[in-house]
Amino acid sequence: MRLTATALLCLVCCTSATHADEVQVAVAANFTAPAKQIAADFEKDTGHQAMLSFGATGKFYAQIRNGAPFEVLLAADDETPARLEKEGAAVAGTRFTYATGRLVLWSAKPGYVDDQGEVLKKGEFKHLAIANPRLASYGMAAMEALTTLKLLDAVQPRFVQAENIAQAYQFIATGNAELGFVALSQVFKDGKFVEGSAWVLPAKLHQPIRQDAVILDKGRGKPAAAAWLKYLRGDRAKAVITSFGYEL
Amino acid sequence: MLNPADLAAIWLTCKLATTTTVLLLLIGTPIAWWLARTRSWWKGPVGAVVALPIVLPPTVLGFYLLLLMGPDGAVGRFTEWAGVGLLPFTFWGLVLASVFYSMPFVVQPIQNAFEAIGERPLEAAATLRAAPLDAFFSVAVPLARPGFITATILGFAHTVGEFGVVLMIGGNIPDKTRVVSVLIYDHVEALEYGQAHWLAGGMVAFSFLVLLALYAFTGRKTR
Repeated sequence: MRLTATALLCLVCCTSATHADEVQVAVAANFTAPAKQIAADFEKDTGHQAMLSFGATGKFYAQIRNGAPFEVLLAADDETPARLEKEGAAVAGTRFTYATGRLVLWSAKPGYVDDQGEVLKKGEFKHLAIANPRLASYGMAAMEALTTLKLLDAVQPRFVQAENIAQAYQFIATGNAELGFVALSQVFKDGKFVEGSAWVLPAKLHQPIRQDAVILDKGRGKPAAAAWLKYLRGDRAKAVITSFGYEL
Repeated sequence: MLNPADLAAIWLTCKLATTTTVLLLLIGTPIAWWLARTRSWWKGPVGAVVALPIVLPPTVLGFYLLLLMGPDGAVGRFTEWAGVGLLPFTFWGLVLASVFYSMPFVVQPIQNAFEAIGERPLEAAATLRAAPLDAFFSVAVPLARPGFITATILGFAHTVGEFGVVLMIGGNIPDKTRVVSVLIYDHVEALEYGQAHWLAGGMVAFSFLVLLALYAFTGRKTR
C-alpha cells in the first residue's frame, strides 16, 4: 500500500517536471540554509530540481566511496573533494571553491561574548563547545585560532566536542555550553546576528576554511549536475552565499 | 592496535555500564514488582513509559534529555538548585540517561519472572507468618533469579551498545563521556578504519558472547 503510494508520488513528480532533470547533491551541514535557498532559485530559473542531502563531509565521503547515488558534493573542506578526485570518484577539473567559511565564537546569551573575544581570556565558563577537529574543518580552524591566540592550553580542559558544527550549535543554543565555535553562516542572516552574542574571528587567526564543490562519478555527463555547479557560480547564488556570512 | 585512548574508552564504558546496571537493579526491581502485582489503572501508563526507550529513536531521547538537563530544563534547574551543577557532558549525566534508556531491558525480565511466580508461593509464605518484606526477599527474589540474571546481562550489554543518546549529551570528553561506541564513530568519520575495526570487531565479539551466554543460560533453565 505504502509502496503504491510512493510509486504514484514518483510518477506525479516525474510527469510534472517534463523537461527538467534532477540532481542529487550532498551538502555540508553548515551550508544547509543557503543551499535550500539556492535550490529554490535554481528550480525557478532552470527548471532542474536539486535534491539536497545534508550531513557531515566525512560521512558523505564514506558513502560516496561505497556507491551512494550523489552526483555533486558541496563539501565543508577542500581536502575531501581533492581526495575523491585523486581516487577517481569525482570528475577531474570540476572542483572549485564555492564558499569560504568564517569562524565565530558564539553564545546564545546576549552580551556574553564581546567583539574582541576577551571572554576566552577571562575564562569564566564551564564548557566551550567545539566541533571535533579530527572530523570538521571548523573545529580544526578553531584549534588553529586558539593556538595563535596562545589560549589552547587554558581552555582545552573545558572543551565539549560535537561531531559537527550543527551539534556544536545545538550544545550552545540549549545553554548547556555557555559558548563555542560555530560557522558564521549558522548564526548570521542578512548582515546581522540572528540571536545571542558573537565574535567573528579575524581571518588571519586560522587557515582559510575553503569549501569546495565537485561533480562526482555518478554525475558525469549529467546536464543537471553541470547546471547546478554553473548556477552555484552565478551572481544570484553568490548573493545568497554572501548574505549568510560566507566569503567568496 | 588499541592505543591508550581506546583503552580509556573501554574502561569508561565498563564503568558506565556497571554503574547503570547496579542502579537499574535497585530502581527497576520495585517497579517490576509493582507492575507484576498491581491491579491499578496506572499499570498501563507506567508500563508504557518504561517501554518507551525501546521504540523511540535514541536521538529523540538524547535531544529531550539535553533540553531537560540544560539550564532551562526542569532537571537542569533542579540539579543546579541542589548544587551539583548541570548534568550534560558529565559522567553522571550519562548514567542518568543510561538508566532511563536501559530501563525496559531490566524491568521487563524481572517483571515477567515475578508474574510467573504467581500468588501461591507468597500466600504460603504469609501463612508461615513471613512478613511481606521477608517473603519478598526469601521467596520472590530467589524464585525470580533467572529474570534477574537476564536483566543484569541485558541492562549491561544494552548500556555498552548505547550510542545516539551519548552522542547528543556527552560532548566526547576523554575519561568522562567518550565511550567506545562514540570513539568507533570518530574513528570511522576520521577514516581511521584500522582503528575502528579493532574496537568495532571487539564490540561484535563481546555482544555475541554476551547473548550466547544468555541463551545458553535461559535454554538450560527451560529444559
